Amino acid sequence: MKYIYDMHQMMLKNNVILVYEGEFTQEITKSVLAMAERNMDSIGEESGIKRKVFNVMVECLQNIVKHGDDYISGEIKINTAIFMIGKHKDSYIITSGNPIKNEQIDALKSKLDEINSLDKDGLKTLYKDIIKGEVGLTNKGGAGLGFVDMARKSGQKLEYGFESIGNGHSFFALKTTVPRG
Amino acid sequence: MEIINLEGAEDTPKIILDKTNKIFEISGRSLPEDSAEFYQPVLEWLAEYAKDSLPETTFDFKLEYFNTASSKLILDVLTALEDIENVIVHWYFYEDDEDMEEAGEEFSELVDVEFELKPY
Repeated sequence: MKYIYDMHQMMLKNNVILVYEGEFTQEITKSVLAMAERNMDSIGEESGIKRKVFNVMVECLQNIVKHGDDYISGEIKINTAIFMIGKHKDSYIITSGNPIKNEQIDALKSKLDEINSLDKDGLKTLYKDIIKGEVGLTNKGGAGLGFVDMARKSGQKLEYGFESIGNGHSFFALKTTVPRG
Repeated sequence: MEIINLEGAEDTPKIILDKTNKIFEISGRSLPEDSAEFYQPVLEWLAEYAKDSLPETTFDFKLEYFNTASSKLILDVLTALEDIENVIVHWYFYEDDEDMEEAGEEFSELVDVEFELKPY
């Protein structure tokens, strides 16, 4: 039973206020958002910060929902992912992790590196270019628009990493920091 | 013309398109699972309305939040307004919501429609 205590300690140590592991759907997204909102309301978080955290959470969660069904490898369904929010004295940390195919690493990396190389105005221009450039909306949407928005709303660089998990897949971890006040 | 009256939900906005009562409004939160599908009826309605619009049309956006997938469709809605004579967009935002204010400015730069940014 010790793992329960360990898990609790780990969450406290990392200031994790919410973790979800499993399959991601629109319904789950709504529930996670509602819980996080309630949490922020209960401590009287400033409305501007709340909005930014909400923004980043939505893009993060919907990214996973949208791409979740890409990662079915053979018999084993590996579309489960993790989503976490940490609340620190001076920031909220929104993290997610989900499996991706190895051949997607390069495209993701170059998208994120491009976003991280841009300043506020550069991100604004990129955002506008993406929304007007797309004709209609493909099922998968995106073209990295969610990442651009996460960078804009947080005002911070997006941190990321890839862990090889075998079977031609890697675990894609993404971390966004929203400063408080 | 038929009236579109959708009650808002936690992930979809309230939408009223009512020619008789001169109400054209999208408000609340927009983060539907499939934004293209969700906004399709709105785009179809506006295409129909453009054929026989009122002398003046005020379109209210009073959004509290929209996700990036919705932003493309909002741009499509605004683009559809370009085909309507004498249309003005009232873009409402909470006084302290700079991001929503900036979003209004950005949209106004992307389409050829008169915009008024309205803090409340």
